[in-house]
Parts: sequence; structure tokens; C-alpha cells
Amino acid sequence: MGKRIGTEVSLGVAEAARLANVDVVSAYPITPQTHIVEELSEYVANGHLDAEFIPVESEHSAMSAAVGAGAAGARVYTATAAQGLALMHEILFIASSMRLPMVMTVANRALSGPISIWNDHSDIMAEKDIGWVQLFVENGQEALDLTLAAFAIGEDHRVLLPVAVNMDGFILSHMIEPMVVPDQEEADAFLPAYEPAMRLDPKNPVTMGPVGMPEVYTEAKVQCEQALLGSKPVVKEVLDRFADQFGRRYELVEKNGKENAKALFLTMGALGETCMTAVDGLIKDGEDVGQVRLRLWRPFPEEEFLEACRGAERIIVIDRALSPGCINGPLAVDIKSLFYGRDDAPEIVNVIAGLGGRDVTTEDFREIYARASGGELDGGYTVWGVKSYA
Amino acid sequence: MHKEIQFPGFKKITAKNMPWDKVVASGHRACQGCGEILAMGMVMKAVGRDAIVANATGCMEIVTSPYPQSAWECPWIHVAFENTGAVASGIEAGLKALHRKGRVQGEMPSVIAFGGDGATADIGLQSLSGALERGHNFVYVCLDNEAYMNTGIQRSSSTPWGASTTTSPAGSKSKGQRTFKKNMPAIAAAHDIPYVATASPAFHLDLMNKVRKAVSVEGPAYLHIYSPCPTGWRCKPEQSIEVAKLAVTSKVFPLYEVIGGEWHLKKTAKPKPVEEYLKTQRRFRHLTPDDIAIIQEHVDWEYARLERLAAMTDSVEDEE
Repeated sequence: MGKRIGTEVSLGVAEAARLANVDVVSAYPITPQTHIVEELSEYVANGHLDAEFIPVESEHSAMSAAVGAGAAGARVYTATAAQGLALMHEILFIASSMRLPMVMTVANRALSGPISIWNDHSDIMAEKDIGWVQLFVENGQEALDLTLAAFAIGEDHRVLLPVAVNMDGFILSHMIEPMVVPDQEEADAFLPAYEPAMRLDPKNPVTMGPVGMPEVYTEAKVQCEQALLGSKPVVKEVLDRFADQFGRRYELVEKNGKENAKALFLTMGALGETCMTAVDGLIKDGEDVGQVRLRLWRPFPEEEFLEACRGAERIIVIDRALSPGCINGPLAVDIKSLFYGRDDAPEIVNVIAGLGGRDVTTEDFREIYARASGGELDGGYTVWGVKSYA
Repeated sequence: MHKEIQFPGFKKITAKNMPWDKVVASGHRACQGCGEILAMGMVMKAVGRDAIVANATGCMEIVTSPYPQSAWECPWIHVAFENTGAVASGIEAGLKALHRKGRVQGEMPSVIAFGGDGATADIGLQSLSGALERGHNFVYVCLDNEAYMNTGIQRSSSTPWGASTTTSPAGSKSKGQRTFKKNMPAIAAAHDIPYVATASPAFHLDLMNKVRKAVSVEGPAYLHIYSPCPTGWRCKPEQSIEVAKLAVTSKVFPLYEVIGGEWHLKKTAKPKPVEEYLKTQRRFRHLTPDDIAIIQEHVDWEYARLERLAAMTDSVEDEE
């Protein structure tokens, strides 16, 4: 049986990678990801994890070494954030197009400049098209559980894709929370040893990463997209299996607040818990409001999301990233295009909040709700709480 | 602390025991007279099939892997231009873990990384340096054709002084490339890795035996192979081996080894003048006698430095 402990969420994530018996950890330090790989390097140093720890000289090389190790047939883990993720950018596409399963925690952090080490989602929103399965977690238990589940998802031979587990930096990564940590036997039962579908093996030589001429490039891309789209039922299946074994159920899209509420907040990541508290308060005040949380970001769980929003007249989309020059924040762009042309399309209000670690409180949610209800936030997007120095 | 370098299992290649097996198949799309593909073929002949190859973006990646064809008869991977050192690190670390855990049985295959001079001395220098410094057990081979040939003859930091390229063109106000070639083998040697060597496809037995030493040594090894490019150098394809030979005999590209920090130089007894080498290639045709004198002076100076390095470590050998 697993045991319940109080620990920092980053250390819980490291514990999940250890329970997954990873073969290779390749990593470069960047705040707020560091505690995870520091802990893993200690595990390796004291023999609690039999793995190769590659202390690479950059995040670009962290991802490149991860690709090399994955291609050799190893189970690979890495973690990064912000500038580090941006430096990996080029190789992220290659990892997915080579169909190499690996797990990466992204401790979401704002991008420079100005330099900020604090949380928002601009790092991963710039990487939404990399062809990886992408999950967003809300609390420590979920971070641990989904890290373990991510290996099972990516390594499933129907998927064979890298998986990013997005976890808000500091706001979540540095919290100390109670977590149930599975024991090794439980973890092994859930996640058997990695069986690569293909690997670099002199006994059975393969060519990986060849030149794709115009005659084959489109088909190669479409196959990758099909693999990503096809991962959705597997994600569901793995999370169901997780629920059956560990008793903790995670849905692709989750809903709380009033049944068939007229107004819904949409959040991703740790902000969901603040929002939940605000929604509870608003309901007590007699408001007809609920909340939708997106756990699976890529592939976008279209049906599940539409089902969760059925009957809503207004959706208040909280984006934690600015997409300069775009019509909306990145999340709202997806939501608006999803509803485009549908008769049941609700009004979509887009608020961009919490950039670069700016606090978003329950009061903020209440005020956003009031202003959206009063028709003050129609059309376009609103960057929340911008101070005026005039 | 000085450490004696061992080459366990080293088997010398001679004309008599030359392997028949080709790991890089014929029918690839390299240009006629390409020195890179010749060198690459020789490297893989010496290594054999029990190898995993990581290849940087560049001519060799393009000409050997247009899907659905592949010239590779051993496992091969291309990821990007600047990260071959890191990819090879990952392969080596992955294999090590899998072998240790018993998930893969048998001998560890050799891990070989190939990059051109741009991928090695310029964009990929960081990832190569990281991989050498961390001590991964692999062989990095730089196939040096002295410019970015894959994209159409642009200068690199490995382009020699005075060479005309499309981004260092000779003109009324320019002699071509303004700087001397970056000393990449010395940079590799400065990492204090067990084995560094220069080689040339014109001296194929020497090249292949250096490859055998590189794969047998424990830890990182670096080979810098001179690779004529008739297209970029504007020389005759049928002359590329002759050009490669002249580069060595004129001391433009001396052949040496750095074994555990000791520099081993085979002295060239009667060196040819650099002019003889330069006139084989139209990339140098604009150079005046004064320019050629500058190059000669630089070549002599570099060679003297090599001799001093070898003397310092007491390993000068007379020409055989």
C-alpha cells in the first residue's frame, strides 16, 4: 500500500519518475524546475534509482540527449521551464515526429523579457503545436499521479508519443502538500517495463530521422497528427485504469459548481482551485455559475469539452498567457473556433490573468464574474489588473 | 596526473585484411569525387556493423537518407544540425543503462557521431564540448570540407584564409575568407579526452587505423578528417584524393594524434610548397604571390607549433 506523506510537489514528481524506474534523466537546471532533477540526481547518487543522469550543458541538449536515449530504447525523463523550454523548441517537434515516448514536466513559467521566474503559461502556449500529448495538473497529488500515468500513455504502442505534464511553477511546484505515494509494487503493476516499438539496434538496423521530400512530408505529418488524435481514448483508458488501481479518478475535462450553470469559468492548471473557491462563494450568493477545468490540452478533448459546456450561455475563458497581436489568448482562440458556426454557441469572454506570477485571487474571479455579467467584458480580450501610472 | 591510454581489442587494418563489408552502401547521392562520403565509408568499414551512428544535418545526412531510401546498413539517426554530440550522449547513456539493467544483452555497440565542419566547429561546438567534457564513450568524426557545402558553399570558421566562398567572396575589396581556420582538433584535445587524431582519405590505412584506435579507447575520441569537396573547392572530382594528398604533403593539413595529451606527429621530410596545393582549387585562384606567401608563413608557423607540442611531449617521429 502507498503511504500518505507531506512533501514538496516537485519532490513528489521526482518520486513518480523514480517509481517509473526511468533509465535516463537528462536535464539542465532552470527555476522553478530544479528541485525535481536535483532530487532525481540524488536518487541516482545514492542508489535509489538505477539510471544514467546526464547533466547536459543546455536544455537544447537535454532534449537532444533525451531523443538519443529514447531512440536507443531507454525510458527517459526530463523537466524544464520557460527559456529552457523555448531553447528546446526545435527538438520538441523532432521527438514527437520520431514517435519517441518520454515524459517531461514543464514547471510553467513566464518567458523573458523582462526576465521573470514566476508562473504563467506563456512558455507552453508557445509550444502548443509540438505534437506532444499535453496534460495540465492542478495539485500535488495530481502532479505525482499524472507523471506516472504519462509514461503509460506515451509508451502505449497505439500512441508512442512524448508527453508533457504542465505544472504551474512555484504556485504548485514549491508547495508542500499531502500526497499519497504508491509503493514500488503498485507502480510496477500499473507501469510495466518499457517495450520500445523500435530502437537503434545493430541486430535490426533502422534509419531514424531521414530526409522527407515533398512527396512524403505531408503524409508523415498527418501520421503524427493521427497518432496524437488517437491518443485521446488511450489517455482515458490509462486514467480509468489508474482510478481502478489507486482510487483516484481523473477526467479529461472536469466540471464543478452548479449543474447546467448559465455562466462557466474555464481554467487550466493550479488556478482551477482558486476559481473553485470563488465559484463556491458565488453560488452561495445565489449566482448561477460553474467551472470547467481542462486537464488534457493536446489533443483537445472536443466532445468532452462540449458536453461539459452544454447549456451554458457564457464561458469566461481565463488565459494565463498573452498572444500579442492575436484576437484572443491562446486558450480562447481554441474555444472560439470550437464553437464557431454552432447554434448553441455561448458568449465567450476572454480574460488574461496572472502573467509573470501576478496573484489571481478569489476576489479577482468575483470581479471578473461581475463585470462579465454586466456586459463589460464583451468581445476581444481583457488583460486583467493592468496598473495605470498616468 | 598522467594516465596511460590503452586501445583494448585494437586490430590493425592492412591491405591484406581490409574488410570487404561496406556499411555505407553504394547508390547514395553524394557528388562525384566527394571526399566526405569516401571518408565516411572508410570510417564505417573500419568500425563495422556493430555500431550506432548519429549524423548531424549536412551533406552526408541529405545524400544518404532521402526517405524511403537509406544508404545505412547499421542503425542510424539524424536529429538536427547542432546537437549531434548531445544525441550521441543520449544514445550512449541509454545503452549503458539498458545493458547494466540486463534489458539488452551482449557487447555494447560503438557509438559514432558524424558532423561537418559547420556542425562541429560552429553551431554544434557547444553540444560537442559538453559531450566530450562529460566523458561519454563515443567517437566524434568531423568531416571537414571547409565550408557549409550543403547550403551552397558558405564560409564556416573552418574555412581557410583566402578561400572564396559565397559568403566570403573574393572581390576588389576582399581576399575571400578573412580569418585562418579554427583549430578544432586542438579544441577537442583541450578537453583532455583520451584520443584525438587528424586523418585524410588519401591515407586510407592511416585513417582506418585511427578509427580503430578511436573506437577501442575507453571514453570520448575525436577524429578530424580532411574531406575534399570538388563542388565547393572548384577542383576536378577525379583529383580530390590527389588534392587531399597534397594538403598533407604541403603541411596544410598535417596528420597527427593526441593520445592522452601526448602529441604524435609524423614529420614530413620534404614538404611541398603550399602553392602547389592552392593551385589545384579555383577557390584560391584570385590569390597573388604575396597572399600565397602569407599562407605559406602561416602553414609553417602552425607546423612548427605542432612540432614543439610533439617535442614537449617527447613524441616526434621521423617520416617512415
